[in-house]
Amino acid sequence: MAEQRRLLRFTRTERALHWVHATAFLVLLATGLALYLPSLAELVGRRPLLKNIHVYTAVAWAVAIVVVVVAGDRRSLRRTLREIDVFDRDDRDWLRRRQAPQGRFNAGQKVNAAITAAFAILFAVSGTLLWLGERDTRFRFAQTILIHDWLTQISLLLFLGHLYLAVIHPSTRHALNGMTRGWVDAEWAERHHPKWSGDVPPETR
Amino acid sequence: MATEGFEPRRYGRRVFLGVLAGGLTSFAWAPAASRILAPLTSGGSQLLGNIFPVGGWRIYTISGSMPVFDPASWSLTVDGLVERPVTLTYDDLRRLPAAEQVSTFHCVTGWTVRNVRWRGIRLRHVLDLAGPLRSARALRFVSGEHPYEDSLTIDQALLPDVMLALELDGSPLSRPHGAPLRLVIPEMYGYKGVKWLERIEVVAEQPTGFWENLGYDQDAWVGKSNGYG
Repeated sequence: MAEQRRLLRFTRTERALHWVHATAFLVLLATGLALYLPSLAELVGRRPLLKNIHVYTAVAWAVAIVVVVVAGDRRSLRRTLREIDVFDRDDRDWLRRRQAPQGRFNAGQKVNAAITAAFAILFAVSGTLLWLGERDTRFRFAQTILIHDWLTQISLLLFLGHLYLAVIHPSTRHALNGMTRGWVDAEWAERHHPKWSGDVPPETR
Repeated sequence: MATEGFEPRRYGRRVFLGVLAGGLTSFAWAPAASRILAPLTSGGSQLLGNIFPVGGWRIYTISGSMPVFDPASWSLTVDGLVERPVTLTYDDLRRLPAAEQVSTFHCVTGWTVRNVRWRGIRLRHVLDLAGPLRSARALRFVSGEHPYEDSLTIDQALLPDVMLALELDGSPLSRPHGAPLRLVIPEMYGYKGVKWLERIEVVAEQPTGFWENLGYDQDAWVGKSNGYG
């Protein structure tokens, strides 16, 4: 087999952050749906246990995110943050026509990252209010549960889209390697992320 | 890298802050939005509602699994301070004078389902069969989902729209809705409305229910209890 050229796309810290978030999201989604969908609630039962898992997972998620940021490679996270923040003309063109050279993140990935981050905070705020509301009526608002539900429904759609692009869609699924092992195929990167691949010294292993 | 005529812009943070602001302000606009969206989902049947939370119902349980209704073995017992304790089968209940009502269901956690069509029996007919003694002051409603129970004073239980419901929106109560029998008290929050009802004990002193033991109000008037109003 010919030697494959690889580029490092995600540092260990970036990958840790992604998988902490993904794992927590899946546990929260599974327990949340079992509490929320009547059909699953009937099938699964064990509501108090599920509720405890849901709440403690949320706490563990928040702690783990902080740990990864504090103990990890913060320079790489700052770089990532900057890249997600800044949109140039190519990003604008990509959003309009899907055809413009892209950096390490394409414009869609940037938008997805920004929405995901905002949703994490909104989930935390509404979830905390639900928890507090059970203990103190001053924190109980009729719309909190509604907002938590809406966030879940939209997140589920975003998640399914993300899953499709990462695992199934033929031209993007190569990116999965980047999030599991860190590296991506250099030729793929040159086609999909040319503005980034040109700047990275190829590491061959 | 910049291209001429279009400076790189910090749109990432705008998306982030925009979504965040939209979500936080939704505490102000969510009720209005849900009123607009409600007709889209409230058409769902009870059957569909058992799969997805349509029509606004949420199903809460306190134990490992919901009680299973077996028409052959199920019964409702009315005992305690009565002249003659009675045990009613599902068919016995069906033969009692039926009543129908359309009322609004309020949950203490904030959600509401409007225009719920209930069909069932007024408590008066069930109590008359057993004959409460003069010392009777309250009713203790015991669920097949242990240890759920709640209670009403006799005056509250005889309010005109209090009902032992057998049907919801035209079909027999489904398992998640408390099959085959639940208590409905439209003027109080839903936790008073015991589902999977199996026993009504007539007592002299009103006992504390499951949620009341966890700090919820005994008299759960909608809009006037549990910190509301």
